[in-house]
Amino acid sequence: MAKKRVVTTTINGKETQFLCQPRQTLLEVLRDDLALTGSKEGCANGNCGACTVLCDGKAVDSCLVLAVEAEGVEIETIEGVAPVDGLDSLQDAFLQQAALQCGICTPGFIMSAKALLQEQPDPSEEDIRFYLAGNLCRCTGYDKIVRAVQDAAAARLQV
Amino acid sequence: MASTSYKVIGTRPIRHDGTDKVTGRAQYGADIQLSGMLFGDILRSPHAHARIKSIDTSQAENYPGVRAVVTCADLPEPEQKVADLGEGDVNLYHLCQNVLARQKVLYKGHAVAAVAADDIHIAQEAIQQINVEYEVLPPVLDVLEAMEATAPVLNDDVRTDSMAGEESADPTNVAKHFFYEKGDVEKGFEAAHVVIEREYRTATVHQGYIEPHNATALWNQDGQITIWTSTQGSFMVRQQMADLLQMSESKIKVVPMEIGGGFGGKISVYLQPVAALLSKKSGRPVKLVMDRAAIFEATGPTPGSYIRVKMGADREGKITAAEAYLAYEAGAFPGSPVSCGCMCIFACYDVPHGRINGYDVCVNKPRTNAYRAPGSTNAAFAAESVVDEICERLEMDPVEFRLKNAAQEGTRRVDGVQFARIGMRETVEAIRDSEHWKAPLEGKHRGRGIGSGFWFNVGLKSSVTAILAADGTVSLLEGSTDIGGTRTSLSMQLAETLGIAAEDIKPAVVDTDSVGYNDVTGGSRVTFSTGIAVHNAGLEMRRQLIERAANIWEVDASEVQYENGEVRGPEGKVFTFRELAAKVHATGEPITVKGTSGSENQAGAFGTHCVDVEVDPETGKVEVLRYTIAQDCGTAIHPAYVEGQMQGGAVQGIGWALNEEYVYDEQGAMLNATFLDYRIPTCYDLPMMDTIIVEVPDPQHPYGVRGVGEVPIVPPPAALVAAIYQAVGVRMRELPASPPRLLHQILQAEAVE
Repeated sequence: MAKKRVVTTTINGKETQFLCQPRQTLLEVLRDDLALTGSKEGCANGNCGACTVLCDGKAVDSCLVLAVEAEGVEIETIEGVAPVDGLDSLQDAFLQQAALQCGICTPGFIMSAKALLQEQPDPSEEDIRFYLAGNLCRCTGYDKIVRAVQDAAAARLQV
Repeated sequence: MASTSYKVIGTRPIRHDGTDKVTGRAQYGADIQLSGMLFGDILRSPHAHARIKSIDTSQAENYPGVRAVVTCADLPEPEQKVADLGEGDVNLYHLCQNVLARQKVLYKGHAVAAVAADDIHIAQEAIQQINVEYEVLPPVLDVLEAMEATAPVLNDDVRTDSMAGEESADPTNVAKHFFYEKGDVEKGFEAAHVVIEREYRTATVHQGYIEPHNATALWNQDGQITIWTSTQGSFMVRQQMADLLQMSESKIKVVPMEIGGGFGGKISVYLQPVAALLSKKSGRPVKLVMDRAAIFEATGPTPGSYIRVKMGADREGKITAAEAYLAYEAGAFPGSPVSCGCMCIFACYDVPHGRINGYDVCVNKPRTNAYRAPGSTNAAFAAESVVDEICERLEMDPVEFRLKNAAQEGTRRVDGVQFARIGMRETVEAIRDSEHWKAPLEGKHRGRGIGSGFWFNVGLKSSVTAILAADGTVSLLEGSTDIGGTRTSLSMQLAETLGIAAEDIKPAVVDTDSVGYNDVTGGSRVTFSTGIAVHNAGLEMRRQLIERAANIWEVDASEVQYENGEVRGPEGKVFTFRELAAKVHATGEPITVKGTSGSENQAGAFGTHCVDVEVDPETGKVEVLRYTIAQDCGTAIHPAYVEGQMQGGAVQGIGWALNEEYVYDEQGAMLNATFLDYRIPTCYDLPMMDTIIVEVPDPQHPYGVRGVGEVPIVPPPAALVAAIYQAVGVRMRELPASPPRLLHQILQAEAVE
């Protein structure tokens, strides 16, 4: 077995060091070593988006990132989205719109949508559908997810 | 429309498990971590059909970090026994061979051996150290070829079980022949003005849930087994485990984790018994999680099929006769949903004379399993496409044809069942009256189609426990695993019964030791059947609250009534639910009640869909421009989640119609076992999905619930191919109508012109 490496990173605003094998993905380390199981594994090859996290503000599939690549990167996971005293407007909108059924894809959608709204605060329906096309949901047919993101965008613009 | 006097039913509260699911805190199957836990992996067959000559695990056993290796030799010799899993039967002898192959492998991906190791990477390396010697056999992949006498036979123990009387002495791939007849079919066709007969093909498709199959097992030193797994039926997992391991159910506890989609595919066991065996051998808890390729190659997709439909109608557009021949691929072992296909194929219509033959056929593909309205979508694609051609021939509006022939209360299906109160007609009327149907469709290469569909819905058995707390909230313990919001639809029914707020119910899905028996979460049954159990529990709690109030007031219980969440006695005496709950501990025994259900069955659900498409004749790509779903939902308990079921089901049907298929090479290797190549719809492929909830209450449920989950997948393929025909004049009789297939048909039609 190759020697383990020390990686220093920031996860959800907290400086974090972890030990990992060079072959471990960021997703594996988040889930199995750091107990951040909110990021889900659906396919392990970058097709489904259930493992989406933000790396330096950009939405990425954490199953396609090696853990050692996280050195010096600022990572945000679903566990870091809600403020202390409530929910983020995206999380709130997903609940209000009933935009989840089984919920396994929900963390990934929320992370992608968060990145979208950071880049485009007032996206069109077309923008939302294009940006979220890398996240698969098999339960909802996407209608309520798109509406939830629209609502969250409106709520953020009002603040 | 349903009564508007409900206080909770028909509202849209936030789901009880919502916060956990949007914050990443909900614990799905693969999220569990146990102290000392090992990770496992499974060695799978590289061949679609082969005899196993030998398995040598010695190298793997000695691989550093490996704690246990198992093969079929670790499972007891299987029995020939059939178990009912609620959404289809399973033969234990075959299930055992499916879990870990015995003499033969019957599809690429068939599990052969498994390893538990200190980490997943070691387990993945170690399975490569297992040496299996195969004698490769020719595979058979096509359903009609598999029915030929000369075809390679998969299972030595399979003989045709026939409703038509034919007998097979030799082993065969044709496991079952279903046969139904009504009236005089020949006479019916003689009376027809138009007769259309066509052949259809559908490809194997997968449920495509995002969460992989998983199982974590601890075979404790006291002989008790605990399984943490995401499943549609924790009691079905317990039953299958007990049968496979040949031990008492009481030795096995199943802890249902949150489930990331199932759609029928998470009822049968795959990993659970293997994880248990690995735990027994290693003395440690073991976690197994499938990778995506294994999910495609080795869990139960829904069958590819060949269907021939002949239908006749008179000048006025009344159906005079209908006949169908359905052959479904069972996969490696018998058990396709072809019987359901037979029962659904003409169910939308009043067919005076009919005949249906259905065949369950083994082929070298994974053993198929239930997928949302199993068997019905294939059948509806064929029957509804013939209906569309009849309408064209008669120059009749397809809505008018459907209204003229719609099945209704009292209609007898070809398979003999007589319908109770159903809403087929109402769904067609809803489409007829919709903005969508009335709106003109303009533009080149555009077309509009409609399609209808039916699914039975089932009843089966449920148990719940309700516990009154002193603060006036009620804990609801249930065993129906929650796949799409049933904690909330059940809590709302209990809240309605008790006259309190949905938020005052605290639902929990608990393990098999902690609640009474529950059948599977499937057959669109939970909101209906577990709902009846919940209602019964609510009534019992009301009875006990009346009794308690009567005791406190020192009056006879007959003088006390329960109304709108209040208990009222003589002379204006009244307790609110909360006031009385606060007195319970000081005035007697705790109030803990149970509710059960099991004698009721559902009347079935219908849906009619309307779709507009635009076809690119250069590429064969179909764009869905507008989509409307009308469905008889009975009373919609939580309309938002009812809409969600309709939208999600329809989108699965769209995927089935336009893109999804298993692509095999000649050796039986699946060529597209990833979500990149097996393309399910993304949000960029779709418009908003409009819904029309038609409420024809089912009188068998106290609130008129009708299952809503399954039927929305049924109409889309037929509606889409009808729309494609309008757009480009090509009738797609093979699914999927994917760009290469559709383009081929368009080019062929142009060449003929």
